[in-house]
Amino acid sequence: MSNRRVIPIGPYHPLQEEPEFFKLIVEGETVVDMEIHLGYNHRGHEFISPELTYDQIPFLVERICGICSNSHPLACVLAIEDICGIKPAPRGAYIRTIIHELERIHSHLLWVGLAGHFIGYNTVWMWAWRYREHILEVFEMITGNRNHYAANKPGGARRDILPEQIPLMAAALDVAEKKTMMLTRAILDDPVVRARLERVGVLTREQAVAYSAVGPTARASGVDIDVRRDEPHDAYADVVWSVPVLAEGDVLAKAKVRLLEILESIRIIRGCLRKMPDGPIEVRVEEIPAGEGIGRAEAPRGEVFHYLRSDGSNRPLRHKIRAPSYMNIASNVVAVRGGSIADAALCLAAVDPCYCCTERMAAFENGRLKYSGKELLKLSWAKTERLRERKA
Amino acid sequence: MRQAEAGLKELVREADVYEHSPKRLYIRIPRERLTDAVKYLHRECGMRLATCTGIDTREGFEVLYHFSEDKTGIMHTLKVLAPKDDPRIESQAPWFPAADWIEREMHELLGIDFPGHPNLIPLLTSDTDWDKSKYPLRRDFERRSEAHEQ
Repeated sequence: MSNRRVIPIGPYHPLQEEPEFFKLIVEGETVVDMEIHLGYNHRGHEFISPELTYDQIPFLVERICGICSNSHPLACVLAIEDICGIKPAPRGAYIRTIIHELERIHSHLLWVGLAGHFIGYNTVWMWAWRYREHILEVFEMITGNRNHYAANKPGGARRDILPEQIPLMAAALDVAEKKTMMLTRAILDDPVVRARLERVGVLTREQAVAYSAVGPTARASGVDIDVRRDEPHDAYADVVWSVPVLAEGDVLAKAKVRLLEILESIRIIRGCLRKMPDGPIEVRVEEIPAGEGIGRAEAPRGEVFHYLRSDGSNRPLRHKIRAPSYMNIASNVVAVRGGSIADAALCLAAVDPCYCCTERMAAFENGRLKYSGKELLKLSWAKTERLRERKA
Repeated sequence: MRQAEAGLKELVREADVYEHSPKRLYIRIPRERLTDAVKYLHRECGMRLATCTGIDTREGFEVLYHFSEDKTGIMHTLKVLAPKDDPRIESQAPWFPAADWIEREMHELLGIDFPGHPNLIPLLTSDTDWDKSKYPLRRDFERRSEAHEQ
């Protein structure tokens, strides 16, 4: 008789805020397979978009995600600019780059905090989110909003960065840099954290390529891709920075890549603030001709892809949107295989899917509740505790 | 001429290349040759499938396979056309996991059939209260339905 059991995670709040449904198939403590069900919160953006004008669409796609709310409008305006064959105004391009990188810093700090929470390091969670706050304050100062910055428009940026704001931004970046270094050292020096993250949820290079994974998920598996470098838009070609790539493919590598990327983002923003040219922040887009355009931007989670087809009117014929988690979540199937149930929550969280919360995890055995969401989180914490005692 | 483009033209003689800009190539090929072309771009040229776009046009269903050549930053988009009365395109999912979800999505939202797909069930629409005969991204889809008015 097979001792296979099914552990449903989701559909609402598997690990973080968003609804996906993961069906873990386990034998004893080992995960042998997984099924993924999506669509619990399908909002039909591709359906709505052809009803709106090109001026309205960036506002629509900004609402796709609350965390990477700059990536979608950026990719969308890049697609519109691709149709028209225009380049944004230089100063506008720099402003877009700065906001895009600030977003990466806050998003990665958010992920580090949550990863800490999952393995029972709530101090990491509190710290990381506290340092993220400085970045959100910068957003509020330069865009008027902590989220949904409405910074992009075809041909440039919507709002200028004022000279008196630059020293305040520089100060916030200094704090972010210092604290990220501190956090990185604290995490990497802790033997228990290493033991929890090393060789857990490994995605090999071949698997990452086969699933066409993107962003930090791919870069932690040795796939050297980054849209910002491979097809530089806006100011990315003007400043000096590098792309961190690691070969291991485990959760630790994914954490390292993100922490290193925070430091690279700080470099990019500093370079942009130094070199930012004067002048208008936008060029006027007179008319959008018939044709098609592709816009790509590197969101914190990977490449965001927008395709637009225009018939020459003020509304698109078709707007295709692909978020990075669409590729990365699919790769979870191979990453969790062979791991333990206590690591499953962490593996699913490691791709930083616009993701979910263990409260809705529940394990059933013979029709009776075996673990509730809280107990699964406790299971993960207990594993950390055991390791901590062993190391002590 | 770029290497991938030249190889593809040699493999698929009917390929019709349109260069929108130096970073954007659109390549129209007959749908019978799609699997050969996708295999060539992914396996031989090491390109990554960004995603696919299905479009309902007057001529039929147009399906675009967006491949990213990350070392040059060039997007190669394969275009195939499936007539309205025979909306079938061979599935790439059995050998290429990256095509799995997007084919399921095009199947449920546009009603294009992908013969050979191992698991062609709806990805996004509801299992319980969605009319499976309705395809929201088709041109003839009733945008203002009764439910919408209420």
